[in-house]
Amino acid sequence: MTEVLLSLKGLTKAYPGVVANDTVSFDIGAGEVHALLGENGAGKSTLVKMIYGLVKPDSGEMTLRGAPFAPAEPRQARADGIAMVFQHFSLFDALNVAENIALGMENPPKMGDLASRIREVSETYGLPLDPYRTVGDLSAGERQRVEIIRCLLQDPKLLIMDEPTSVLTPQEVDILFQTLEKLRAEGTSILYISHKLEEIRTLCDHATILRLGKNVGECIPAETSASEMAELMVGSALTPPERGDREFGEVALDISGLSVPSPSAFGTALRNVHLTVRKGEILGIGGVAGNGQDELLSVLSGETLTEADAVKLGKTPIGRLGPVARRTLGVLAAPEERLGHAAAPDMSLTENAMLTGATREGLEKNGFLKWSAAKEFAERVIKDFDVRTPGPENAARSLSGGNLQKFVIGREVLQRPEVLVVNQPTWGVDASAAAAIRQSLLDLAAGGAAVVCISQDLDELMEISDNFAALNEGRLSAPRAAAGLTVEEIGLMMGGAHGMEVAHV
Amino acid sequence: MIRLEKRPQPSRAWSLATPLVAVLATMVAGGLLFAVLGKDPLEAIRTIFWEPLFGEFAFYYRPQLLVKGAPLVLIAIGLSLGFKAGIWNIGAEGQYIMGALFGAGVGLAFYPHEAWYIFPLMVIAGGFGGWVWAMIPAYLKTRFGTNEILVSLMLVYVAEQFLASMALGLMKNPEGFGFPGSRNLQQYESAYNADLIAGSGMHWGVVAALIAVIFAYVLLNRHMVGYHIRLTGEAPRAAKFAGVNPTRLILFCLGTSGILAGLAGLFEVSGPSGQVSIDFNVGYGFTAIIVAFLGRLHPVGILLAGGLMALTYIGGDIAQANLQLPSSAIQVFQGMLLFFLLAFDLLTNFRLSFGKPEVA
Repeated sequence: MTEVLLSLKGLTKAYPGVVANDTVSFDIGAGEVHALLGENGAGKSTLVKMIYGLVKPDSGEMTLRGAPFAPAEPRQARADGIAMVFQHFSLFDALNVAENIALGMENPPKMGDLASRIREVSETYGLPLDPYRTVGDLSAGERQRVEIIRCLLQDPKLLIMDEPTSVLTPQEVDILFQTLEKLRAEGTSILYISHKLEEIRTLCDHATILRLGKNVGECIPAETSASEMAELMVGSALTPPERGDREFGEVALDISGLSVPSPSAFGTALRNVHLTVRKGEILGIGGVAGNGQDELLSVLSGETLTEADAVKLGKTPIGRLGPVARRTLGVLAAPEERLGHAAAPDMSLTENAMLTGATREGLEKNGFLKWSAAKEFAERVIKDFDVRTPGPENAARSLSGGNLQKFVIGREVLQRPEVLVVNQPTWGVDASAAAAIRQSLLDLAAGGAAVVCISQDLDELMEISDNFAALNEGRLSAPRAAAGLTVEEIGLMMGGAHGMEVAHV
Repeated sequence: MIRLEKRPQPSRAWSLATPLVAVLATMVAGGLLFAVLGKDPLEAIRTIFWEPLFGEFAFYYRPQLLVKGAPLVLIAIGLSLGFKAGIWNIGAEGQYIMGALFGAGVGLAFYPHEAWYIFPLMVIAGGFGGWVWAMIPAYLKTRFGTNEILVSLMLVYVAEQFLASMALGLMKNPEGFGFPGSRNLQQYESAYNADLIAGSGMHWGVVAALIAVIFAYVLLNRHMVGYHIRLTGEAPRAAKFAGVNPTRLILFCLGTSGILAGLAGLFEVSGPSGQVSIDFNVGYGFTAIIVAFLGRLHPVGILLAGGLMALTYIGGDIAQANLQLPSSAIQVFQGMLLFFLLAFDLLTNFRLSFGKPEVA
């Protein structure tokens, strides 16, 4: 390694009840792409927030080019040449690119000057972008470009990128990597946070692996196999879900010619969606976030009503039936947003069991609620799905994301659905819980249910689905058998590079 | 440094303790206020809280507590259902007036015929009057998406004009020597909502208020409709996912609060007030909003809050008469009560932490 740019020594940060970072030390070299690898909840975010001045460490120190470095706030970190691209963009849809960038600056120049600087930087780094386009019209990949250019305008020495590829198609990832290569060639260091091992092996010079807040190992990704890194990350060898042989039965869910206008100004309209799922089949639906996933789920759950014939359960039209009627027929759903959509945050788990379980589990009679039966049902979900909580009387918001997710999925799976629709079933869930959730979906299909799994995690979809389709701007590609699909083919189904110009590097 | 930390889940102990702490804090702060005004603070507090219940003239004040408390509780129970679901009926005062007018209208139409069924018919008409008045904002909201806060509030002023017109016109007492106001229903036996036990203040409105408390408690804790009301208030998207029909919920909540407010008006006009007069309404519909929140939108809480509110009104009147406390000081005292309650309410969801600040 060449000269050290940033050195971390014994950084520790504890929150009530959890040590997010426990004496973490490592060095980032100048002009190096350094991977920070770890599961959800391993402490990656807390660590980079300390570097970026958003969080103050309890103990430990950092040095930047040999000088002590303790940013009190992000502004100070930026002044020292550290820039960060967050996983969730902070852009205003209604403003154009230049206006959005100006909003984040201390002393924004005149709009015309800024626009020409944006053009200049975007061309230098192969990120073509028109400064006068409205952000609301941009694809996720282009929005990310806005964030990257915002950082590059500060001429950073260290660029921190938090899970940058989670919103990109494979083709868009290629373009991003070319830009990062160019930055590296110019001597900019990059701290690259991800849990996607193949990406890290392609791009990164060096990797630090975090588990439960501790630095558990370092490696050179190009010389380490993905399974070795995975074991370091998870702490034990993972058993991949068992698929088992399944026979597909007759068609259980049939959607034909489904078009639904966008529910809000920046939502996505569904356009002429066709799909069929047979009994025992898992259909995986991929796609970059915001291409109609939420809308598709709400059409299937009954929150959005459509023409009766557009959605059919077997041969029964259910397009005009609301959520309760669909549950009675056996069509169940688990939305992506756990708090506030799948579960009411301030209500107890018992009350949340009532939320979808009332009809199928017989938790009500003539409108009167049987709370003791609801409590038993909640306890059954907690036990069968290994939800870590002191008991069903605890509020949903007191559970960690992964545990609440297990509860939400378990609540639907245990109701013996005919058709189950899940959106992002393992989002923000640790690897062992994710494996358990995937296994439960496979078991459900093996029992003869039709499962629709909407997800942005392609590895997950390849692992469990029999057929694969992708959503792109509200259109669903024709489903294809998942076995044997290449990454290129999947990327094209997801919309390729969304017409984004390729980097001219 | 003192900081607020969000609790992982709401504290049950604090949600029960805050009303008591708030009353105590009001006594301390109010006592200081009275002391600054040159009155004996202990005497003033004692007059407000003790005199109406156990003082020398308590035999007169205790029935008054029921008379004042019953309409407050009855209306507040109805309002609390909507408030829990995020449906804001601010126009209970108007529904109260319309209930009184419909009910009194039925009673006066039968005059002077005496029959057992007249009073029950008046009760039905009173509830219907309040319901109709509440259905106007409900229909406009579900059909056109209008704001129920504005519509229900403005209808209060329409109802007041209606009341004046009735008192001066259609319902004016033909034997009233030209004075505005209807016949006195207290003198019309079939229509009179008399004390069930003479001199106790215990009229049918008090019974209705108690039934409403029980009804609301069962509804919210044991019935799907109540569960949907709570769910809609806490997580609207989850409610939609659970299958709540927002239109039906709006019609139910506004309708129920309208019926209860209308009944409160009917029991008042046929009992303690006795006649339809221009200034028949005295703000119960608005005060009930405070009672609903003071009772934390919980049926039992509302029962206690209604009692407390009635106590401070009557105790305040006594303090004005006996101690020459200015009426504005009494109003400040009542305001303090609400202020402290809302302030301490924070502790249900947050805890204080005394320690060094931590950058999070």
